[in-house]
Amino acid sequence: MTKDYLKNKKIAITGATGFLGTALVERLLTLSDTCELYLLVRPGQKVTATDRVLKEIIKNDCFNSLRSRLKDDFMRVVSTRVFALAGDVGIDTLGLSENDLKLLSDCDIVIHSAAAVSFDAPLDQAVEINLLGPTRVLQTLQFAKDKFANDKPVHFTAVSTAYVSGGLRGLVKEMLPNDDPNLLEINIDAEIQYAKTLRQDLEIRSRSKEMIDNFEKQAKHQLGAAGKPILVKKSESLRQDWIKNSLVEAGIKRAQMLGWPDAYAYTKCLGERLLISNINSEYLSIVRPSIIESSLKFPYPGWIRGFRMAEPIIISYAKGLLKEFPGVPEGTIDVIPVDLVVDTIIGVCMRTELPKTPEVIHCASGHRNPLKYGMLVKLVQEYFTQNPLYDNQGQPIVVPKWSFPGRGRVQGQLHKTVNILNKTEHLLGRIPLRGSAAQFITNLEEKKLLTQRALTYVELYGAYTETEAIFAVENLLELKKSLGDAGDLLLDPNEINWTRYVQEIHLPSIIKHARVKTSPTKKDGNQRSQRALKQILSDNRQMAVFDLENTLVASNVVDAYAWLATRHLDGFQKSKLIADLVKSSKSLWAQDRKDRSDFLRFFYRNYENATYDSLAYDSVELLTDFLIKRSFPAGISRVRQHRQLGHKTLLITGALEFIVDPFKDLFDDIVSATMTVDNAGKLTGELDNLPPVGEIRAQIIKEYADSNDIDLKESVAYADSTSDLPMLEAVGFPVAVNPETKLYSLANKRGWHIESWPKTPKGRRAYLPVYNSKESNSPFIQTKNALKEAVSNSINYIINSTK
Amino acid sequence: MKSRPGFVLEVDKSTPPILVWHGEGFKLQKMPVDSRIVYPKEPIEPLDNPDAAILEALNNPVGDSKPLSELLFPSMKLTIAFDDISLPLPPMEAPDNRQRVIEAVLTLAAEKHVEDVVLIAALALHRRMSDAELKHALGDRVYNSFAPHKLLFQHDAEDPDNLTYLGKTDHGEDVEINKRAAESDLIVYVNINLVSMDGGHKSVATGLSSYRSLKHHHNVKTMQHSTSFMDQSNSELHSSNWRIGRYLADQGIKIFQIETTLNTNTFPKQFSFLQKREWEWTLKDRLSFTSVSKSLEVTPFGLKNSIFNSIKAPHRLTSVQAGEVEAVHKITTENVYEQQIVHVESQSDILSLGLPYISPYNVNSIMNPILVACLGLGYFFNLYKGKPLVRKGGVVIMSHPTPLAFHPVHHPSYIDFFDQVLTETKDPLEIQTNYEEKFAFDPWYRHLYRKSNAYHGVHPFYMWYWCAHAFDYVGKIIIVGGDRKAVKRLGFLCATTFNDALEMAQDTVGNTPSIVHFHVPPLAIAEVS
Repeated sequence: MTKDYLKNKKIAITGATGFLGTALVERLLTLSDTCELYLLVRPGQKVTATDRVLKEIIKNDCFNSLRSRLKDDFMRVVSTRVFALAGDVGIDTLGLSENDLKLLSDCDIVIHSAAAVSFDAPLDQAVEINLLGPTRVLQTLQFAKDKFANDKPVHFTAVSTAYVSGGLRGLVKEMLPNDDPNLLEINIDAEIQYAKTLRQDLEIRSRSKEMIDNFEKQAKHQLGAAGKPILVKKSESLRQDWIKNSLVEAGIKRAQMLGWPDAYAYTKCLGERLLISNINSEYLSIVRPSIIESSLKFPYPGWIRGFRMAEPIIISYAKGLLKEFPGVPEGTIDVIPVDLVVDTIIGVCMRTELPKTPEVIHCASGHRNPLKYGMLVKLVQEYFTQNPLYDNQGQPIVVPKWSFPGRGRVQGQLHKTVNILNKTEHLLGRIPLRGSAAQFITNLEEKKLLTQRALTYVELYGAYTETEAIFAVENLLELKKSLGDAGDLLLDPNEINWTRYVQEIHLPSIIKHARVKTSPTKKDGNQRSQRALKQILSDNRQMAVFDLENTLVASNVVDAYAWLATRHLDGFQKSKLIADLVKSSKSLWAQDRKDRSDFLRFFYRNYENATYDSLAYDSVELLTDFLIKRSFPAGISRVRQHRQLGHKTLLITGALEFIVDPFKDLFDDIVSATMTVDNAGKLTGELDNLPPVGEIRAQIIKEYADSNDIDLKESVAYADSTSDLPMLEAVGFPVAVNPETKLYSLANKRGWHIESWPKTPKGRRAYLPVYNSKESNSPFIQTKNALKEAVSNSINYIINSTK
Repeated sequence: MKSRPGFVLEVDKSTPPILVWHGEGFKLQKMPVDSRIVYPKEPIEPLDNPDAAILEALNNPVGDSKPLSELLFPSMKLTIAFDDISLPLPPMEAPDNRQRVIEAVLTLAAEKHVEDVVLIAALALHRRMSDAELKHALGDRVYNSFAPHKLLFQHDAEDPDNLTYLGKTDHGEDVEINKRAAESDLIVYVNINLVSMDGGHKSVATGLSSYRSLKHHHNVKTMQHSTSFMDQSNSELHSSNWRIGRYLADQGIKIFQIETTLNTNTFPKQFSFLQKREWEWTLKDRLSFTSVSKSLEVTPFGLKNSIFNSIKAPHRLTSVQAGEVEAVHKITTENVYEQQIVHVESQSDILSLGLPYISPYNVNSIMNPILVACLGLGYFFNLYKGKPLVRKGGVVIMSHPTPLAFHPVHHPSYIDFFDQVLTETKDPLEIQTNYEEKFAFDPWYRHLYRKSNAYHGVHPFYMWYWCAHAFDYVGKIIIVGGDRKAVKRLGFLCATTFNDALEMAQDTVGNTPSIVHFHVPPLAIAEVS
């Protein structure tokens, strides 16, 4: 029956890679053995349109039943009935080739379903695709028909959205925008112009001095002294994000001002109007679905592609993260399964009698078979009470009970939480913390992200749970009636049993897609890190690069200098030197945070006129008292493990050569800063070359790898701070060791292995980094040491207990 | 005051709780009725005039030896070797025996116009001593006259340029010692003989030798055949050292041995309750015990460790003898026994030990699990003559917190031994066969031994071999109050209290076991009949 209507029809479809489009392609191929489909697909940078069709549409599990029914014949059917037209809805004449234009001109039906469906698309993008897109497709069709002198009638079906009605309450009829008595006159050209200029404006504003300063400051705040190239990249991406966010915000603002909930509905509505004003000889149908969700029956119950609007909210709720969501419990939430929409479109297209004037068909459930918001929440809650998700400890998650507060209240609460978290994070971010304290801040950051996401949901989707519009479906029912015996099309929303649909079809399907924990097996965080460790210590690795300060040794260049400098001083001179160091410590620290290499150059001037020989002599004592006592034994043993496995081991440090010299037996090679020595054997205080820090490290290890025939992708790098980012990014296996906050959070996001290496029991860091002969017998020194130890222990205790 | 001999107390209802060491602290432990407690002899009277006694010994050597002054001549090469930081325990109050003896030797050498004199700390494979430790052992005068002129050395068993290979004994043992010592006209070796194991031929044959030579007696087989190594007549460790010592003499190496013994006056006044019998504690003793143990409870580990490591023992010289090695050592051993022997009748099913904060290998350092094992099963278990205090197949219960911690400077190879070797096997022979050489020849450990203050890479193995005799002999080992992870890795059982440990011992020794508690330190040696 259906087959006859579609017999030998040539159908062009845009947006076939989308959720609705994929289902449409499958359904058409299934319903008719003869119709041919021409899919307008944008070719990627490296893939052709045909490849995209095969990969993104035909391979989808939507085609599973068709594939198993046709078996070996499936690919033949696809290749003889599905054709790709390489084009882009975003450019005029769609960028189609001569040949593709010819194919388009031959089509009987055009279904335009391409859209920027995201509710928070940047305004200019939404305008380009949703507003201009439909008309562009129509005009290309007209152009092609003129060009090839083809006057065959064409049925143009555009997919829009029921929410073009804006904030109307009560029954919304299926009428053209022009027939709407509430229609607000809008100058569409001006809207388009405004959106386009806005981007240019923002581009210019983002280049102002204040904005640039701000981006650079933010980049530094997020990454610390990560080196020029990385900071530059970050600033630029921050600038682009800012433009995008400003465009999103402008879209929402403009839409809401004109009465639509968001830029999607706003641009869709204007798109409809523009399309209607450009219709010539074509027959036009506009199908307006409400919120499209997983399928009721076809291709199989619960089929869904990608995460749509409701899914992230439901999953967040099931995970117990969304404690409240606004909405009117007695309001109708208008959800429509995707197969009903698909069949409506097909039904519209296969009528023998085409509409004389443009028509609108709603595809919504609210009128015939309303799903109350309160009931939906109850069904979801029931479902997750019976089938809870599990947390990482294997405990079932109890879902929160929503009390349906107003949107303003939820937004207010969430805003407040985000603000508090922001402030706490900012405050804590200023304290140099490491290890588990850094983890605490990272957790805080994650919490903030989650809250921000919840806020986004509420802001974007809140309007949909609060609509009180009922979309009339008279035309839809009329359509069903007119098709008569086409009984195998799913057109009537009455066929949905909401309890069954929500609890047996939709929720199980999205849970499967979300890959969440549905059984109480304990997910061991250790397992992941064990696996990572196994990879790091695999035979396949070729090199391990280590940073020194705070990665292998809990100390820094200032400590080392103070230790060496005070080694041969008496009490008074010692105190003076320490006082000077303490006095300058604030500015030293600031400089270090700004640029490590400048800091090192500046600080190393202190060594001017020291004799090289005596420093080299002291470096033996330095090994015991300074390097090993303050080392992380696990770090030292990791170096040795790599070496035993035959990996090349490399120490790369901004410390001076004679300080790290005692470590030369531990590593295959050491790259350190070297200082020039004058004829009298005295240090000049000037460095021989650039100190190996920041981005220079990445260069050095690249050169080192090249000359040693080592693949950096097969190498490991260990470091503790974002100033080592260039090095960490250069290797295949980066490891963050006792990371400071910024690196911790980065490593966490990027899934890098994080190691927490404890300090040695006897090697607690001295609070004044000075040499003292600990074994001295003088009771004074003993008392002093004991006191110092007591104080440092109690401080450690306080720090530990407050973590 | 004449010191009272050691004795064995039979516990009855009226016996007060007794003091048991527990690392950096101690506790009072009520022992079950009918168990026995071995109390050491009280410290014997020291020599009135130690310096005069030393001079007397140098001038009246024993055995086949001329007086020291007659062995000295102007153009000679004289090497004075001395025991390292592992002796005595705890380090003694200044002046140290070594200082007294070396000052006397140097005075004689100066009188004889000997110019080429060098001091060598006989480290064997122990860690290098710090300047402060050397200064304490030698005294400021000796230290300041030698150290700045680079005439004070620490023996480096990994320096190929400073070792001399002398050949093999008739048992095939390689003999290799410090080159300077080997090339000297006379080696004067200055000993502190804290326990009967110390001294004799072991001084030079072990203290100044290398891994190549040491491995012939520092191995599992030797230790399993030393029952015990505190009793030279039954010690394979000593037989091997004696062979090497005699071989050295045959090669013309001249040694003038000076051995000194100490009394067991181990702790200063504020800790005097530690070496008193509990029922004789005065009110003051009780108060100081309570205040000390209560304050230790709330003191952080680092500070506790510093406090204990700052204790200098008021040991006093009880005898000094000099001359030919074997003759000297025979008298020394008798003198050690004189202070330390306690007669104990029959063995028990359970031996209970309280382990203190210190062992020969963690002076100015911290204990680690391997050292805990060695202190209990290597040293204290072996403090016997005749038969061990515990019967074969019996149970040893030791009390020590056994923290899972290692000193990064002193014990780096211990960390890897604990993490890499004990995770694979606990069997000493298997460990020796499969892992010893890898650690012994590891370049990083070698670097740390030579340039830093680390024990040699192979040292944790020796600690484990030291326990080999006990592992063979004992049926079950329980540590009370230890870190569970650490104790489990050692292959022992962990109990929360002494009574729990007794419960755990039941399936090995039945429910009415005989129990003996060895009340150390101060040190004693049990002669079990």
